[in-house]
Amino acid sequence: MFDFDALAACMSTSACLVNQATSGLIIGMLLFLVASGVTLIFGVLHVINFAHGSFYMVGAYFAYTAYVVTGNYFLAALVGAVGAGICGILFERLIISRVYGQNLLMQLLVCYAFILIVDDLVKIIWGAEYLAMGIPAEFRLPPFRIAGGYVPPFYLFLVAVAVCIGVGSVLLVTKTRFGKIVRAAALNAPMVSALGIRVNIYFALLFGYGCALAGVAGALAAPVRSLTPGMGLGILVESFIVTVIGGMGSIPGAFLAAIILGLTRSIGSVGFPLFVDGAMFMIMALVLIFRPTGLMGQGEPR
Amino acid sequence: MSLFIEFRRDLLIALVGLVVLIAIGLGIDHAWPRDFLTSIFAAALLAMSLNMLIGYTGLVSFGHAAFFALGGYIFGLLLQSPAFTGALGAGSVPVALVAAVIGTGVYSVVIGAICVRLTEIYFAFLTLAFQMFLYSVILSWVDLTGGDQGLMGGIPRPVFLGIDLADQYHRYVFCAVLFVACVMIMRIMTESPFGYTLRMIRDNATRAAFLGVNVTRVKLICFVVSSSIASVGGVILTLFTSGAYPEWAFWAQSGEAIFMIMLGGLNVFLGPVLGAVVLRILNDVVQMYTSHTEIVIGVVIMFVVLGLRRGILDFVKDWWVEKQQARLAAENRNGQE
Repeated sequence: MFDFDALAACMSTSACLVNQATSGLIIGMLLFLVASGVTLIFGVLHVINFAHGSFYMVGAYFAYTAYVVTGNYFLAALVGAVGAGICGILFERLIISRVYGQNLLMQLLVCYAFILIVDDLVKIIWGAEYLAMGIPAEFRLPPFRIAGGYVPPFYLFLVAVAVCIGVGSVLLVTKTRFGKIVRAAALNAPMVSALGIRVNIYFALLFGYGCALAGVAGALAAPVRSLTPGMGLGILVESFIVTVIGGMGSIPGAFLAAIILGLTRSIGSVGFPLFVDGAMFMIMALVLIFRPTGLMGQGEPR
Repeated sequence: MSLFIEFRRDLLIALVGLVVLIAIGLGIDHAWPRDFLTSIFAAALLAMSLNMLIGYTGLVSFGHAAFFALGGYIFGLLLQSPAFTGALGAGSVPVALVAAVIGTGVYSVVIGAICVRLTEIYFAFLTLAFQMFLYSVILSWVDLTGGDQGLMGGIPRPVFLGIDLADQYHRYVFCAVLFVACVMIMRIMTESPFGYTLRMIRDNATRAAFLGVNVTRVKLICFVVSSSIASVGGVILTLFTSGAYPEWAFWAQSGEAIFMIMLGGLNVFLGPVLGAVVLRILNDVVQMYTSHTEIVIGVVIMFVVLGLRRGILDFVKDWWVEKQQARLAAENRNGQE
C-alpha cells in the first residue's frame, strides 16, 4: 500500500516536487472555492448547503456549453459563475428558504431531492457520458519551466483567479456595506429588517454568491477534469472536510486547509495512491480530536 | 423473565406478524411477494435502525448506509473465503452473521466515538464523510471487494441446522425471522428506560446531562446498536442478491433511508417500514414508465417535505389525536350543560 521509495525519489528531485506541488495547489484552489461558498453560507444562514456540489457541476456544464458555442474561455467561465449564481438564488428563494430554522432533517432531504433532480436533468440535457473540454485555446502556450518542473500557464491562471476571489470574498464580507448588512442580519435578522432593509434579498444574494463561487470552481475545473453527472458529490465531501479542518465560517482557514488537502492528494498519489482518501480522513479526525473548532475556527461550541 | 412479561403484548404482536409474513411467503405460489418482502426487510431494517438515531435520539446521520454495506460485505466475504467455510463447515453461516454484526459494531464504535460529540450539522456531514470514505475503500480495494463490480460469483451458503439458504422458502423464512427479531430488539430498546433517556437527550441534552446522564456514552451506545442492526439489513440483502455492491455504501442509499423515515412517519415506531414499502412501490411504478427515476423521486420528496411536512403515519397520528381531543371537548361541553 505504501511506496516510500517512490515518495523519496520524488522528494529528492526538484522537478517532481514542482510538478506535484502545482497539481496539489490547483486541487487545493478548486476545493477552496467550493468550501468558501459552503463556509460563507453556513456562517450567515446557519444552513449547510448539502447541494453545493450541484452548483459546481452546473457551473462546469454551463462553462462547457458556453465554450463550445463561443470559443472564448473567459466568457465561458463568466457564464458558469453567473449561471450557477442564478440557479443558487432560485434554489434559495423557492426551496431552501422554506426550511430555514426547521430541523436538519428537512434541510437534508430537500438538498437530497435537489441533487437527484439536478443530476438527472444534467443526464437528460448533456448525456451520461464523460465530457472533456480540454485546455482552452487561450492557454495553449508552452509551459513555464520552474526548477526543472513544467507548469502549464492555465494552472497559474487558475491559482491567480482563486486567490483573487478568496481575497475578494474576505473584503466583501468585512469591508463593504453589503457584508456589514449581511453580518448584522446573521446576528439579528428581525432587528435589521426593522431598520427598513429587506433581509430576504440579502440572504438570497449571499446564497447566490456562495453558489457562484462553486460555479467558478466548476468552470475552472472543466478544462482539467472530466465532466460527469454526479461530479458534484466528490468535491462536496472534500469541501466539507476542508471546512471542518479549517474551521467553520473562516475563509482563511478554508484556504489553509484546502492547500493542506490538495498537497496531501497530489503527494499521496505518488507515495500511497490507495490511501489518499484515508489520509485525508485521518487529518480530519486528528484535527477534530485535538482542535475541535478547526485550525482557524472561532471558539464557538459545536 | 420480567422483560417477557413487560413486553408480552409487543412480543405477541411480533409473533403474529411473523406468522402472517411466513404465511404470505409460503402460501402464495409465486416468487414476487417473497422477493418483494425480502427486499423490504433489508430496507426497513436500515430505515428503522436509522430512525433510532434520527427519530429517538435526534442524531441526523447521513452516513448510515455505510454500516448496512459493511455488514453485507463482511458476511459475503467470509462466506466466499474457502478457508472460512472449510474450517467452520455447517456453522459458517451463523458465525458469518455474528461476525458481520460484531465487525460492524466495532467499526461503528470508532466512527461513533469521533462523531457523537459533535452537534447536528457536524454530525450529519462527518457521518457522510466517513460513509464516502468506506465507499472509496470498497471501490479502490479491487483485490478484496471486486471494486465497482461488487462481490461476484455468488455466495456459498452451507446448510446449517437443516436450513438451506439456497432454497428460496428457507431463505425467506430465515430473513423474516431475522427481521422480526431485530424489530423486537429495537422495540424493547426504544420502550425501555434507555429509550426514554434517548428521547430526553433529543429534547434537551443539557438537562439530561444535569440529571446525571452520560450523554456521550448513551449516544454512542445507541449509535453502535443501530449500526449493528443496519448490518443485519445488509446481511439480508446479501443473502437475497447473492452478492454485495458498492452502491450500498453510496450516499444515495443513506438519503433514501432518511426519506423512508420521513415518508412513513418519524414519530411512529413502524413508520419507516411503511416508508420503505411506499418508496419501493413508487420506485417500481416509476421504473415502468421512465428510466429517469431520480427526477421523479426528487420531485416527490420535495412535495412531501415542503407540502406535507410530515410522514404518512405522523399525519394519521395527528389526525387521530385531534379527533380524540375534539370528542373529549364535545363530551365536556355536553357534561356542563
